[in-house]
Amino acid sequence: MNVLFYIAAAVAVICTIMVITRLNAVHALLYLIVSLLSVALIFLLLGAPFAAALEVIIYAGAIMVLFVFVVMMLNPEFQSIRSRKQLLRPSMWLGPAMPAAILLGELVYVMTAGSGSPPVNVEVGPHALGRALFGPYVLGVELASILLMAGLVGAYHLARPEAHRTSEGDDQ
Amino acid sequence: VITIPTSHALLLAGVLFLLGLMGVMVRRNIIFILLSLEIMLNASGLAFIVAGSVWGRPDGQIMFLFILAMAAAEVSVGLALVLQLYHRIHTLDADQANRMRG
Repeated sequence: MNVLFYIAAAVAVICTIMVITRLNAVHALLYLIVSLLSVALIFLLLGAPFAAALEVIIYAGAIMVLFVFVVMMLNPEFQSIRSRKQLLRPSMWLGPAMPAAILLGELVYVMTAGSGSPPVNVEVGPHALGRALFGPYVLGVELASILLMAGLVGAYHLARPEAHRTSEGDDQ
Repeated sequence: VITIPTSHALLLAGVLFLLGLMGVMVRRNIIFILLSLEIMLNASGLAFIVAGSVWGRPDGQIMFLFILAMAAAEVSVGLALVLQLYHRIHTLDADQANRMRG
């Protein structure tokens, strides 16, 4: 059963190497999503199902969508028909699709081989996590909420167009 | 029963962290630098999860949650800065932004 971990680790390392060597940002994003999915599978094998779910939802979902938004805003060439036809060629999507298929096979095997959950040694579920998070770590939760609020305000202020910003009058 | 060797899992986290560090050092595109930072944060979160699963305690996953919140705040502010930089110097090359008053 340990071979599941090594396959997922190999997929993660290979996809991360592909991320930092791609020239096209969207290809790098696709490989990074596959790498994050394999890390989520490793979390599941390590007995952390809630962290695995958060990895898929927040990292591979929300943060990568932010990157996709910015790449699409900064690259006007995506609107041309030529590149849209290129995106449908198998050589464009087969690279990230094959490791994703490997991960899907592993997930199906893990879910069907046992009793529906991966046969891990010791599993720390969401219940124990919540008890600890809102017990001794409640101050950290408050600090994280303040950090997210600061990030929200900072992103809103920084992303506004130059003309609407009146607090920086001496800037240009 | 899966019993992943702790050293191998920590080695994977180290390899992923080093790959992210290489990306930050080598690439000059700001989008790729932010992506490599995400890889490094994710690798450190993996190390915390591994350490938490060794003792069977939820503390590692809690630290992963905090890393996740920090990564979300960091990437939103970072991408807003990328947009501002692109509007000012019309390129994503980080070396073009090394002058003040650029």
